[in-house]
Amino acid sequence: MQANRVEGRGLIDRDAPLNFRFNHEKMQGYAGDTVASALLANGQRLMGRSFKYHRPRGPLSAGPEEPSALLTIGRYEHEDPNVRATVRELYDGLRARSQNHRGSLERDFMAVTDLMNRFFGAGFYYKTFMWPAKFWESLYEPIIRAAAGLGALPGDNDPSQYEHGCRHCDLLIIGAGPTGLMAALTAGRAGARVILADEDFLMGGRLNAESHEVGGMAGSAWAAQAVAELAAMPNVRLMPRTTVFGVYDGGVYGALERVGEHQAEIPADLPRQCMWKLVAKRAILCAGAIERSIAFENNDRPGIMLAGAARTYLNRYGVAAGKSVAVFTNNDDGWRTAEDFRDAGLDVAVVADARADAKERDGFRTIAGGVIADSVGRLGVHTATIRHKTGTEDSVRADLIAVSGGWSPAVHLTCHQGCKPVWREDIAAFVPGANPPQGLTVAGAAQGDFSTSACLAGGASAAQAALADLGFEAPAMETPEAEDGATMITPFWKVEGCQRAWLDHQNDVTVKDIAMSYKEGFKSVEHMKRYTTLGMATDQGKTANVPAIALMAELTGKSIQETGTTVFRPPYTPVPIGAFGGRHRGKHFHPTRLTPSHDWAAANGGDFVEAGLWLRTQWFRQGSEKGWRDSVDREVVTTRSKVGVCDVTTLGKIDIQGADAGEFLDRVYQNGFSKLAVGKCRYGLMLREDGIVMDDGTSARFAEDHYVMTTTTAKAGQVMRHLEFCRQCLWPDLDVALISTTEQWAQYAVAGPHARDLLRKVLDAEHDISNDALPYMGCAEVTVCGGVKARIFRLSFSGELAYEIAVPCRYGHDMMEVLMKAGEEFGAEPYGTEALGVMRIEKGHAAGNELDGRTTAGDLGMGRLGAKKNTDFIGKTMAQREGLQAEDRAVMVGLKTVEPTAKIGGGAHFLEKGAEPTLETDLGWIASVAWSPELNNYIGIGFLKHGKDRMGDRLRAWDGVRGTDIEVEICSPHMVDPEGERLRG
Amino acid sequence: MRINCPCCGERMVEEFTYLGDAAMMNRPIEGATYEYTYLRDNPAGRHRELWYHEQGCRSWLVVERDTTTHEIFSVELAEEVRNAS
Repeated sequence: MQANRVEGRGLIDRDAPLNFRFNHEKMQGYAGDTVASALLANGQRLMGRSFKYHRPRGPLSAGPEEPSALLTIGRYEHEDPNVRATVRELYDGLRARSQNHRGSLERDFMAVTDLMNRFFGAGFYYKTFMWPAKFWESLYEPIIRAAAGLGALPGDNDPSQYEHGCRHCDLLIIGAGPTGLMAALTAGRAGARVILADEDFLMGGRLNAESHEVGGMAGSAWAAQAVAELAAMPNVRLMPRTTVFGVYDGGVYGALERVGEHQAEIPADLPRQCMWKLVAKRAILCAGAIERSIAFENNDRPGIMLAGAARTYLNRYGVAAGKSVAVFTNNDDGWRTAEDFRDAGLDVAVVADARADAKERDGFRTIAGGVIADSVGRLGVHTATIRHKTGTEDSVRADLIAVSGGWSPAVHLTCHQGCKPVWREDIAAFVPGANPPQGLTVAGAAQGDFSTSACLAGGASAAQAALADLGFEAPAMETPEAEDGATMITPFWKVEGCQRAWLDHQNDVTVKDIAMSYKEGFKSVEHMKRYTTLGMATDQGKTANVPAIALMAELTGKSIQETGTTVFRPPYTPVPIGAFGGRHRGKHFHPTRLTPSHDWAAANGGDFVEAGLWLRTQWFRQGSEKGWRDSVDREVVTTRSKVGVCDVTTLGKIDIQGADAGEFLDRVYQNGFSKLAVGKCRYGLMLREDGIVMDDGTSARFAEDHYVMTTTTAKAGQVMRHLEFCRQCLWPDLDVALISTTEQWAQYAVAGPHARDLLRKVLDAEHDISNDALPYMGCAEVTVCGGVKARIFRLSFSGELAYEIAVPCRYGHDMMEVLMKAGEEFGAEPYGTEALGVMRIEKGHAAGNELDGRTTAGDLGMGRLGAKKNTDFIGKTMAQREGLQAEDRAVMVGLKTVEPTAKIGGGAHFLEKGAEPTLETDLGWIASVAWSPELNNYIGIGFLKHGKDRMGDRLRAWDGVRGTDIEVEICSPHMVDPEGERLRG
Repeated sequence: MRINCPCCGERMVEEFTYLGDAAMMNRPIEGATYEYTYLRDNPAGRHRELWYHEQGCRSWLVVERDTTTHEIFSVELAEEVRNAS
């Protein structure tokens, strides 16, 4: 039963009834309703319980500023808590649930807190739950959280889809009320690219909520006509249901579009919401104004709302929020509510006009200079207590109290880059300050021009100014006829003597709490906000801030301007984290890079590990192998005794060309490359400018003016950036060009005694890879499999006879198959990064664990590398600093556990036998460890003070994290084939 | 923030990586010094700084920017700045 519908009013579609449920009750509304208007139409004004005192609450407003009417919408994993009922569009089948009560909404068990309110004032938690400290987490916090709060998240993953997008325009117009529509018409007719964004689903702003005419027709009709004209313009994009929530640098605006959530079923191809970056050369803020309340005793009951909201429900939704209204105002705008209610044939019980000079008006019982001092009604107001100028009080039956304390311009977006609002005495409101964000101007009610006529004219002239800036010829605009009344406000913040009079309905902050905050010394607005929590949570005090600031100013004796506002930051209204995430969630959080032979590895037992964005094979599980060690040990043994193949595509590859390529490399590597012979490779060590090792790798020379550099997988991007910095910022005079070819070449290490035998079968016959033709550290451009171009490098990370073969990446998968097939007769097996790691530790090759951003070339035993070179290079001078050359620096050593099977861990510290583990006795650390199948021993690489003099010494590997203390013997890091005979064979 | 790359036009700041004071381009001929390596200006106000268009043309740029307002006054290719000096 929509008992409160008013015939003949409203912009709803009475031919489109929508069924929905509130708690367990079935109700009906119409298309064009919000959840709040539909509930009020059904006579349901009690919509929830308040945050702290569990007071019965209904809507205070009819818009995005709503502090009280917060509902949980949807079911199961789609549950959406703390939804403002005043803005959520009704759809068929919607389910809404009230929040923050135990037991039913009508009989909330927790309402007992309201009776004990004198104990629960501001600062109550800070003063009460102090001792013992450990009770806070275990006892107090859980109890408080259960008792106070808003809605709860469903706990499941949010199944909704969110999207991101970017749009560009000449002029962004924020808000489609009279100001915004007029601005859009002006700019649209001029041919500028315009985006008109409005948070509402129906454009028009207050024109849809007021009864007065514009241009000789209903305001809503004028708005509809303007929207239709704009919609037909190809250069104008209308974005309804889109909240511009933040202003960012360079004309970038954050906006949230509710794309699908107003529909019962979101179509599969649409997201629930879309996060837009709107890039605008100019923008006009036409966000309108927000009405505020007046503080009087018990001013928070359901049925007490803002006067403008009461008009919105009546004129836009055709809903009488009450049968008998009492109006309480300090300005002329409040009277409009009385007039509209009378015109709709509803009872206006009384109008209390707090202004001292208020006049009686015909047909209304006017209490000039009087106030509403209190309200009565348990779950909703039924009586208002009137206090006359003389101080006498009487009661009036009224089930709706419409309050107008004046309007506050929605200045929020102008403050996002540090601009401070300015108080204007004549309209008793903060208006935007003098330095709004660059490119943004403000017009209409957001600027403090409250009359419709001023809004229409202001919108047109703001657009004309922006168009002139942008070089468009602005059309002359005729402003339609509209009301031009001043609001004639006399500031009036609170009724004399009130205590439990609500300022912030959402956080249950009353006049008494502001007084308490002042008394305890929290006088600055920022301190007051934190002490009382006024202005926090989902509504950010849109209705509460200004009255609270005014009351604090009254207490301190300062002016409102001096008192100032708290800082407004984005977002303007709540934005779900899911929308910020967009599609970047789960596996889409960052892209996954796969090597060309990934599928081959997956089909052959490969177990993958993330290496940056890459997935690399750690090991290949075979047959009945259970633990990873079984696979890794086998791969090491196979490679060292037969032949193994490893995918090394992920290593960074940089192609370096130009007449000065050699000179360039001399300057970025510690060691020299300009004298490297064509057809040869060389290990290179790259330092940072501060003398610490940045990265290492090999560079091969294919021609006088052509090198191919490899980097580690992890540092590929950083090295590229560094080289480009060196080329462009330091030495642009060098003739050299760089390009990353990491993704162009698939590369495979073929290692082991049979590596040459295997590759001979793959390479085309004309290529000689005998030891003489292609010796250790040689490289050549060759062909494989009958003409596929390839590069071969005789490099060895494993210490075996080894090659790396690179083919264009489209052949990567096939290359892997060909290599394995050719290797069958030699017992070839693929190996992963773990086996690679074991073999490099056995050989004492530094890798990521050793190049940890702290070690110098000297620490790695490579201080003399390139010592003969005369050129200056990056890091050369700074590496000579005393501290980096100190005798007692920890240097790289090898180690073996004395008890072969005693499992040591990376990160353990070296200690002398019998020494206490302290900073003073610490001798260094272990960087990498492995089980060596070759040595049948746990081994490792570490950094040890005076390491070169400690060969053969026995020390302890003390691990405070794992709780182990193991005896180790120090040795050279080259633990397998120290002379390197195998790799030269 | 948006940066007007001389090669690519105006692009979102997410495409760029930041390095810092453009004085890093003035590497002493005799090799890096302590001052060059560690001492950087970081003024509140106008500042010439290095940005890298990593997700675009890979140009290093000298951007003159007000660090308090993020207003950008000029964007030049580092290579050209260097060649002109």
